[in-house]
Amino acid sequence: MWKLFHQFGSPPHFYRLAGYLIPWFGAAALILILVATYGGLVLAPADYQQGDGFRIIYVHVPSASMSLFAYTLMATAAGIGLIWRIKLAHAVAAAAAPIGASFTFLALATGSIWGKPMWGTWWAWDARLTSELILLFLFLGYMSLRAANDDTGKADRASGLLAVVGVVNVPIIHYSVEWWNSLHQGATIMKLGKPAITGDMLWPLLMMIAGFGCYFATVLMIRTRSQVLQRERNTHWLKEL
Amino acid sequence: MKKRYQRGIRVALVLAGVGIAVALLLRAFDENILYFYTPVQVVAGEAPDGRRFRLGGLVTLGSIEREPGSLKVSFLVTDNQETLPVEYEGVLPDLFRDGQGVIAHGTMNDNGIFVADEVLAKHDEDYMPPEVAEALEKAHGDEES
Repeated sequence: MWKLFHQFGSPPHFYRLAGYLIPWFGAAALILILVATYGGLVLAPADYQQGDGFRIIYVHVPSASMSLFAYTLMATAAGIGLIWRIKLAHAVAAAAAPIGASFTFLALATGSIWGKPMWGTWWAWDARLTSELILLFLFLGYMSLRAANDDTGKADRASGLLAVVGVVNVPIIHYSVEWWNSLHQGATIMKLGKPAITGDMLWPLLMMIAGFGCYFATVLMIRTRSQVLQRERNTHWLKEL
Repeated sequence: MKKRYQRGIRVALVLAGVGIAVALLLRAFDENILYFYTPVQVVAGEAPDGRRFRLGGLVTLGSIEREPGSLKVSFLVTDNQETLPVEYEGVLPDLFRDGQGVIAHGTMNDNGIFVADEVLAKHDEDYMPPEVAEALEKAHGDEES
């Protein structure tokens, strides 16, 4: 068990494994996203209240859930890096931040575009919207804290602590629509009972989330590989490559 | 091994401290995070007096009256216990209709009418094709009758 843990933490091993996995995840992402796009835009029926306008859900919900997933993964990696002093874990966290920030931005932007016609406003200081905006600032704060420190080890530790502390925001975002009166409606997919969403609308959404997940994994591995190259530039195994 | 353990404890303590601090902060600001007041709360005098606030509820069926040749509209907002009249002039969101959840931002005037300068529509988390919505409504009606 410990051996496996250490083997996974070894940069050369990760570099090889990721190189092998990247094309598979990339292909899966492409297929899933293409099929889900067809399912969501053509096969799924229009909504009883929002008509065709609801179809933006197929971009909004996957980006929002990926933004939360990316943050949780980044914080976990940073925590492992802090406690076990595994450099590869810090490399993963550093690689995840810009992707997570992009997903967060996409979720906010598509939410805004959706909010204008349906709610009647681009933006409201509602609990869900505000906490998601804070998530964007956490990602950006993590990235600038890294950039402000030339020493990789110090940058890892300072930004890693910020990432771990910021994880308290994740449950707040998720439960914000239940804890407070908000403009944003409650959770659809996680809702039990009652027809929250019909099957022909749901499967493209779930498939799109899976596709976004594969895309995230692909870009994360590519970015972590380049982080590893940069951090290990003076090592023996890299010169042999 | 011991060092690793200490570092783990330290990270856990920092996380727990920040978590508790945030929880207390959110509790303290609970009222400010509330996005709107319901008609019951307004009638009970919980809404701020003479200041702008948001009123949320459902549009009473058949209460929407538009003034011809202008953007003026008046309607009733209810939470099925109390009902308040609202006046508004401007463009309404697509989802604004009878029975829809709305949030109006404005002030109470002396006649007890809520004068709004912004009306937002709230929708629920259910998505379905129109046929399913009709079937559901029918089934619901049968159940009641």
